[in-house]
Amino acid sequence: MWEYTDKVKDHFLNPRNVGEIEDADGVGDVGSLSCGDALKFTFKLGDDGRIVDAKFKTFGCASAIASSSALTLMVIGLTLAEAEKITNEDLADFLGGLPKEKMHCSVMGREALEAAIANYRGVELPQAEGEVVCECFGVTDVEIRRAIEESDLKTLEEVTNFTKAGGGCGKCEDRIQELIDEVRKNAPKTIPMSGAKRLTTVQKIKMIEDVFEREVRPNLKKDGGDIELVDVDGDYVIVSLRGACVSCAKSQTTLKEYVEKKLREEVLETLIVEESKG
Amino acid sequence: MSEPKTIYMDNNATTRVAPEVLEIMLPYFSDLYGNPSSMHSFGDQVGGAVKKARQQIADLLGAHPDEIIFTSCGTESDSTAIFSALQTSVEKRHIVTTRVEHPAVKNLCENLDRLTGHKHRVTQLPVESDGTIDLKRYENALSDDTAIVSVMWANNETGVIFPIDEMARIAKSRGILFHTDAVQAVGKIPINLAETPVDFLSLSGHKLHAPKGVGVLYVRKRTPYMPFLMGGHQEHGRRGGTENVASIIGLGKACELAGKNMQRENTTVRVLRDKLENGLMNSIPNTILNGHKEDRLPNTTNVSFEYVEGEAILLHLDRFGICASSGSACTSGSLEPSHVLRAMGVPFTAAHGSIRFSLSVYNTEDEVDYILEQLPPIIANLREMSPFWKDRDKIAGGGSCSSCGCGK
Repeated sequence: MWEYTDKVKDHFLNPRNVGEIEDADGVGDVGSLSCGDALKFTFKLGDDGRIVDAKFKTFGCASAIASSSALTLMVIGLTLAEAEKITNEDLADFLGGLPKEKMHCSVMGREALEAAIANYRGVELPQAEGEVVCECFGVTDVEIRRAIEESDLKTLEEVTNFTKAGGGCGKCEDRIQELIDEVRKNAPKTIPMSGAKRLTTVQKIKMIEDVFEREVRPNLKKDGGDIELVDVDGDYVIVSLRGACVSCAKSQTTLKEYVEKKLREEVLETLIVEESKG
Repeated sequence: MSEPKTIYMDNNATTRVAPEVLEIMLPYFSDLYGNPSSMHSFGDQVGGAVKKARQQIADLLGAHPDEIIFTSCGTESDSTAIFSALQTSVEKRHIVTTRVEHPAVKNLCENLDRLTGHKHRVTQLPVESDGTIDLKRYENALSDDTAIVSVMWANNETGVIFPIDEMARIAKSRGILFHTDAVQAVGKIPINLAETPVDFLSLSGHKLHAPKGVGVLYVRKRTPYMPFLMGGHQEHGRRGGTENVASIIGLGKACELAGKNMQRENTTVRVLRDKLENGLMNSIPNTILNGHKEDRLPNTTNVSFEYVEGEAILLHLDRFGICASSGSACTSGSLEPSHVLRAMGVPFTAAHGSIRFSLSVYNTEDEVDYILEQLPPIIANLREMSPFWKDRDKIAGGGSCSSCGCGK
């Protein structure tokens, strides 16, 4: 079960300002049924330019409902210029914090507020124009960059918690990491071996043959065995064992523990050695 | 307000330990603490009790006691069966399973290449919209390269029962090993392994009123087998590690009770389940039943309340002490609704609002009536708050957010 603060529970069980203002000055619709949460936020401006009324309708979990309820309380009495400054962090703070996996609920609140203000002013929101990074949840690079900056996000997981991006099929994970690196102006923290080293198949074959000749064969031959390279398919290295190795009970161990280890050390970290079936 | 009484209808998640089971276990935590492997009569008396438990479990399954291997949980049993099959038929690299398996099988199959260092082909069979399987498609998926079929007996989320008898026969006729995760089925529906030719079957103690932390892997005699946990000679070298004695003895008793209660599961519990299900479907509009109405466990009902979200429903139910579960994204820890409902193609308008009630012989009609009284206003209240409820006639499918997992 999620650890919700008493304030989140209170706003979930007794939500304030539920409903829809009929002749609203601004309407913000964000989220969708398929994404699992959605919020329709409406507000009414008074003659003094301050928000006199705000209402919400929310489809979503407890924290989505609580964030929406909190939003209405926070904006009433503010001018639009003041309301604009509310961040998702402010919303979460108002509720005494949200579980980190649920931070996207507070982001949804802020987005609905912005959408409603933009609707009042008759302008387009910038995030609609961005490049869609996460197709599962329809999140653009503009939204992701902003979340990274505003909430000081450092990891992919944090970006998912705040924006949902990357929380579906995961195909966009690399792109999100690029955005994190770009925004934070950091070089990638760890350079994976495979990323640093890109070998063509011919290069791999040459290097593998070389390791076999120099180290593997002499060792196997001591026990009357031998090895032959049959094929290289991506990271898979198909070999055939010869001589005494054929009938040796430990040949599988030799392949994995010795040959594969050697090749990973000297050629490429990601190689997988398999015995030819033929 | 005083704390409400707990109404527990989440028995597919876990069950209460039966009082008779607890009672029989207690001495093995105090006076009878011997090791069943020891060469003295103090330990040996424990060995005798373990032997009796093995017999009780074999009796419930229609198996021979030698075919019962004790494990720590259902997940260990599943892993043992699948890794064993892959090791005893090294030349075969294909697995047939379904899209609706429990993560214990699903995640294992999806990570086999990384775990074994070999390339595997995994066929995850799709299911129909009512959660049932197409046998023709299953048969066509089998190949000479298939090492093992792993298909659950009954689904934990919907209760839908797969035709394991027929599926196992088809695999057997092709010389392919067959494993079934029967964690939800054992104790709820009759199983007779003397008739049904499965090679491996997994069960878990805590789903049938035994404690957590004990499971069984049934391995048919003469099935090629490789242990998963290497160690001592326990379980005839088939599973190392000192026996979880008290829990094993509890599981034996629980299986004996399950055999006696089987009739009640299929009469009393089924009647209560049906009353709950029909009551909810009749009193709450826009409610959808997930899963085949007939081919399912007698204790499980999975219904979707359109345009509302599951976690919100559960937390409101929790205030009344009612325990259920949901396939919504917010409860799954991921951001997408349950893989089972997505595999069935349940529309997004409904998938997020799914609630599962799973009953046991300990539930009463009063409890069902109480839920029927409390749940309708909760749904009405949440719908009033939902931006989609008023305009529901204009919504088809559920908006523009295309989720990737469903259309595979």
